[in-house]
Amino acid sequence: MSIAPRKPPLQFALRLKRALGGKTGWNGLAAQIAFAAILAWIAYEIVANARTNLETQHIASGFGFLNYNAGFDVNQSLIAYNNSDTYWRVFFVGLLNTILVSVIGIVFATVIGFIVALCRLSPNWLLSRIGGIYVEIIRNLPVLFQILFWYLAVLAALPAPRQSISIFNTFFLNNRGLVVPQLVTEPGLYPFIAALAVGIVLALGLRRYARRALFQRGQMIRIWPYVLGCLVGLPLVSMLIFGAPLKFELPQLKGFNFAGGARIIPEFVALTVALSTYTAAFIAEIVRAGVMSVHRGQMEAGSSLGLSRAATLRLIVVPQAMRVIVPPLTSQYLNLTKNSSLAVAIGYPDLVSVFAGTAVSQTGQAIEIIAMTMGVYLLLSLTTSALMSVYGWRINRSMAA
Amino acid sequence: MNDLSASPFVRQDLVAERAAPATTTGFIGFLRMRLLNSPGNILLTTLGLLLAWYIVVPTIKFLLVDAVWTGSDRTACLAEKAGHGVGACWPYIEAKLTQLIYGFYPEAQRWRVNLTYGLGAALLLPLLMPRLPAKGLNSGLFFFAFPVVAFFLLHGGGIAGFGVSWTASLLQLFEQSIGGAGDLLVNLSKSSAIAPLPWALGKVLVLVGFLIHWLIFPLTGLRDQLQLSSVPVWGDFLVTAVIVSAVLFVLGGGMRSGRRALIASLLTFAGIAAGIKLMGLDRGGFPIVDTRLWGGLLVTLVIAITGIVASMPIGIALALGRRSSIPLIRIFSIAFIEFWRGVPLITVLFFATYMLPLFVPGNFAVDGLLRALIGVAIFTGAYMAEVIRGGLAAVARGQAEAASALGLSWWKTTSLIVLPQALRYVIPGIVNSFISLFKDTSLVSIVALFDLLGSLRASFSDPNWSTPTTAFTGFAFAGMIYFVFCFGMSRYSLFVENRLNAHRRH
Repeated sequence: MSIAPRKPPLQFALRLKRALGGKTGWNGLAAQIAFAAILAWIAYEIVANARTNLETQHIASGFGFLNYNAGFDVNQSLIAYNNSDTYWRVFFVGLLNTILVSVIGIVFATVIGFIVALCRLSPNWLLSRIGGIYVEIIRNLPVLFQILFWYLAVLAALPAPRQSISIFNTFFLNNRGLVVPQLVTEPGLYPFIAALAVGIVLALGLRRYARRALFQRGQMIRIWPYVLGCLVGLPLVSMLIFGAPLKFELPQLKGFNFAGGARIIPEFVALTVALSTYTAAFIAEIVRAGVMSVHRGQMEAGSSLGLSRAATLRLIVVPQAMRVIVPPLTSQYLNLTKNSSLAVAIGYPDLVSVFAGTAVSQTGQAIEIIAMTMGVYLLLSLTTSALMSVYGWRINRSMAA
Repeated sequence: MNDLSASPFVRQDLVAERAAPATTTGFIGFLRMRLLNSPGNILLTTLGLLLAWYIVVPTIKFLLVDAVWTGSDRTACLAEKAGHGVGACWPYIEAKLTQLIYGFYPEAQRWRVNLTYGLGAALLLPLLMPRLPAKGLNSGLFFFAFPVVAFFLLHGGGIAGFGVSWTASLLQLFEQSIGGAGDLLVNLSKSSAIAPLPWALGKVLVLVGFLIHWLIFPLTGLRDQLQLSSVPVWGDFLVTAVIVSAVLFVLGGGMRSGRRALIASLLTFAGIAAGIKLMGLDRGGFPIVDTRLWGGLLVTLVIAITGIVASMPIGIALALGRRSSIPLIRIFSIAFIEFWRGVPLITVLFFATYMLPLFVPGNFAVDGLLRALIGVAIFTGAYMAEVIRGGLAAVARGQAEAASALGLSWWKTTSLIVLPQALRYVIPGIVNSFISLFKDTSLVSIVALFDLLGSLRASFSDPNWSTPTTAFTGFAFAGMIYFVFCFGMSRYSLFVENRLNAHRRH
């Protein structure tokens, strides 16, 4: 006959204490109440003062103004916009411009950053020095300084359209911006896209099949010729049948300006150049640190296993370096996106410039507009950090396995 | 038997090392090993040389060879006048130098700015040298006394009262606010469906306000008496000094061990009295220079120093809050930190410029510079919190546990054991955030403050100096200033880091 262990007494008071005050108990509860009271008092003060101040300035609070006509022009817009559109549309125009400059900046920053990192890691003394000097100079100057430098000094010093600096007679750089060939869609575009999509799906399927064959039957299948055929061959066939998908319309100098082609406004050029070179300096340091964090022995172990140098890099070094590189790299991408708000200094119509700038001065709805603008950036950075935690969690899991 | 010494030749000493082959040492070896060891590397070296040639030569030519060094207006810097291609236009910098450094600060008062720079340097430099003693006193002076002195030096103006008056006025404001909230709730209950709840809450608040009113009555009465006397500032100062010293004496352990605290308090008050006397704050102080006249490097440094000084306590409080075991405080700290870290500084500055004035009572006019300072302090505080949290995490658990085992309270454990170690770990991190803060001060030029970059931009529009090279000259000059500051600080951070990691080096 077994004796049932005696149950501990039900400690209601203790549990309540835990639930209300956390580890600190009643003291914690008292602290929380006091803290909540202070917060409530501050919130009350803010609301009460804001209400009185808005009344004296005759500003009606609320988001109704978003449906009013904006009545101002924006000099670059990805969606159709004219000055009789609403503030909602202004918001989206600004948001899209922010996204545009951020995405293009991120692409360039990554490319330049990796090149500079390779220079710094190069055994060539001169190149590593040049890379080091680039990083030191760029990192130690404010980003706004660099944006203004490109905009006020470099781009303003460029010649007028007639004396444009021509690059292969397709790109023209002048003080009114950068004139580039314009892409004109042709009827062959849709078949081309369809063929490309089919090619991608087929290639992914092939890869899946090959990996399964490798892992389950130990059979190596060489798939790259077929993948290449899917990705390049299919679109080529579609181009042969339906004609070219796109046509480049080259800019031509006519009179005092260019006809044809698309003009990229100088604000955009200055902002992209400054942001991508600035962020590239930080990315270069991150990449360098990542590559140097992989122990030398890893490379040696790889070659002693008989892997080729390329295979060692691809299968051993890069995955380990990426684990170190990716989290700070994302935070640099985020920084670039946040820094793109400096567009307001040179008048590139991004979210902050047209919405938190022009719209605030026109409507006076500072609280609503700035809260919305902050909300956009906040959403972006919280999403990024959530994705990064998932990434970190997966890395940790794969490390433990 | 074999006698070795008798054999014809036995080497008695080691063979000396042969010199390395001439092709691997010295300059030649360096060239061969690091620059020209393979066709690919030769190509890269050539490319690098070309790149350096096309950047370095034009830069030197622009800054020194082709530069114009003297002149009184733009004509000196035009190619027609100089007779050759014109590089940097240094007379323009000479003409604008005062504007770039002081803004429109009145010329007769500029000694005050210089004195502040000197004081700041005299306090900061010893703080940065790990060898020098008295870090506690030094940092106390730099972080607490210097900002106050700098405010009265730069801004001017005097004080009408001291501790007693300020505390009394502050508490009175609080009491009025609480009473106002109570009245509001009572009024609200008349038109609300759930009348009893706001009514009861409102009545409680009114009661609390009433209680505070009577509790602080001695203080307000004392203030009114002091204000009526002939020397309000000194009377108030004396009363404050006596009260604070007595309280510190009692808290420090009374007759048993409070003597130290008493002496420290009295010395501090003596210092404050000397400061008040020297700057004549009781008689109105220096003439007031409105912050709209400030500009150039002055504003940049004021924002950077205020930002770092104000962000330290904010950052420490938030970092401790984030590690707190009390749920509400932890959640609040996390939300606060993540919010301000998630938005760009420029929106924070817009927030401070456009929204903050709406949040304070209408009769408080918040100065433009002060708004930017508040925004910068909150923003940097959130970043600083994460830096300091890293330091707190780096302190071994055993330290706090040992302190608890000795019977120290949470406050004592934190302030005497954990924080000093944590802060020492994060000095490089703090310097790095100071570098980014220093660079970020340039953003205030967007909200209509004239810092170094803002003054520079403003000086471009001067028609007297508009030449094709003005902008390049200006950027070259300002860039050098920014670079010297930031590069110096990053080197310092490296130095501290090496010092901290000295025990880890092999």
